[in-house]
Amino acid sequence: MAESFILIPGRTSEQGCGISEGKFQEKYQSQINTLQVSPGDMQRLGLIKGDRVRLTSEGGQVEVSVVSAPKDELPDGILFIAYGDLSCRLMSADTHGSGMPTSKGIDVTMDILARS
Amino acid sequence: MAHTASEVTANAEGLKVIYDATCTFCGCVCDDIDLTVQDNHITEAKRACVLGKAWFLNHSIDDRPSCLIDGKPASLEAGYDRAARILTDARYPIVYGLSDSPCEAQRVAVSIADWINGTVDTTTSVCHGPSGMAFQGVGEVTCSLGEVANRGDLIIFWGANPAESHPRHFTRYSLMPKGMFLPNGRKDRTCVMVDVRRTKSAKAADIFIPIKPRCDFEALWTLRALVKGVELDPEQVKADTGVEISVWQDLADRMKAARFGVMFFGMGLTMTRGKHANTEALLALTKDLNAFTRFVSKPNRGHGNVTGADNVVSWRTGYPFGVNHARGYPRFNPGEYTTSDVLSRCEADAAMMIACDPMANFSQPARNHLASIPYIALDAKETPTTRAAAVAFTVATYGINTGGTVYRMDDVPIPLRPAFDSPHPSDFEVLSAIESRVKNILGIRA
Repeated sequence: MAESFILIPGRTSEQGCGISEGKFQEKYQSQINTLQVSPGDMQRLGLIKGDRVRLTSEGGQVEVSVVSAPKDELPDGILFIAYGDLSCRLMSADTHGSGMPTSKGIDVTMDILARS
Repeated sequence: MAHTASEVTANAEGLKVIYDATCTFCGCVCDDIDLTVQDNHITEAKRACVLGKAWFLNHSIDDRPSCLIDGKPASLEAGYDRAARILTDARYPIVYGLSDSPCEAQRVAVSIADWINGTVDTTTSVCHGPSGMAFQGVGEVTCSLGEVANRGDLIIFWGANPAESHPRHFTRYSLMPKGMFLPNGRKDRTCVMVDVRRTKSAKAADIFIPIKPRCDFEALWTLRALVKGVELDPEQVKADTGVEISVWQDLADRMKAARFGVMFFGMGLTMTRGKHANTEALLALTKDLNAFTRFVSKPNRGHGNVTGADNVVSWRTGYPFGVNHARGYPRFNPGEYTTSDVLSRCEADAAMMIACDPMANFSQPARNHLASIPYIALDAKETPTTRAAAVAFTVATYGINTGGTVYRMDDVPIPLRPAFDSPHPSDFEVLSAIESRVKNILGIRA
């Protein structure tokens, strides 16, 4: 059953280094295609690293593999992903008259697709 | 031996060192990097952070053609002709990007938008654009990073993660420097971090305040009230912000007691629901605090010359981003003339994307429309945007292959000191050639 979360896309230093190496290279791609889940939510949902989930927002839907966030970094109920193709597919096009789509604090639902 | 700025030494083996080179990866624009160059390859970037090292050491001359038309190699001249024709044939062209170009190239891009009665917008609109709107609404009490280094004794980061986005921010400007009025450096400062995540930056803070997601506006207005001595309901504050009122009261007291307080804010404010209202609340709080002490705020700007883009577009048009020239004079209206909106509403019929990657970073409706119209892309590296462009120019990398001027995040202009030449043209050269052809087509005298 789908669960509701708040998604916070953001910068990581690995993603930043990946941009310089090339956006089609392994480092950048692995950063932007990995979803961080809090250790508490990982345990509660029986998720392990590499499991695939589907995120659905008002703006779109993506599939992504998960990893546990570093200890204490992420509260339960919040997901993190490095900025990139997937996070932007979940943004709504509406900028509410600001020019800026709501790119952080996105309401999403998460379905577990496949366990590794 | 001390070297003067921009001095270059070289030995017989062709190894040369460029002293005080400028890193343009992030808005810190560190201008103290010593680059060792051998055979057109940077082998060492002394003093660069992890992002700077990746920027310099991964730089190689891209062996793609300098120009591709519809994905096929073409001469630069043919590319300039096609690009000018795309822009002049359009009824609603948009010129976008610019945050990774030097000011000299930005200036030409604004001119092109003006000649073709088009819209010019920068990546600011999806970065600190809401802050730009808030500056206009509330004003900005600000200072240079040098003043922060020498005076700032209370340093607050709100919705920012400089440990990952601006790794030398702490050591060069905000936390570690021993300044004129802070002889003991870090020991003389208090650092507070406000965020929804305990990021890597939180480890550097004395106080970490974890707020509820999407409650920045409520938290900042709570502080405004407490600073002014307004009594608040503790339960309401806790429900609104996720934080006890005692924590906010302690922060308000520290703010008023500081000798020189600084709030750095990031996209945790501008990209979250509320956007410019969040930033306005922070700027207004800063203004309020100046009734008690000296307090300033600064956005942590991202790309190397995004601040330059704001400056150049402002001094060319009077507005910082999202500027439309359709009536022959500049009009500014975020939400109407900003690129994400113009594309997702399917309004633009041609575009020029300069040093940006909207095909990877825009919403899906905006990407879909961009893919359906002819557009020109300029980038030093191959990206999803260059791959789908009608005309794609591979340009030399600013700061490594070309000179010019960039603005640090505190609006201080800094010169670039290139390390070696590129066979590809600079974005200034490409844009100048396109501008010349645009003027010819439109019958505008040189």
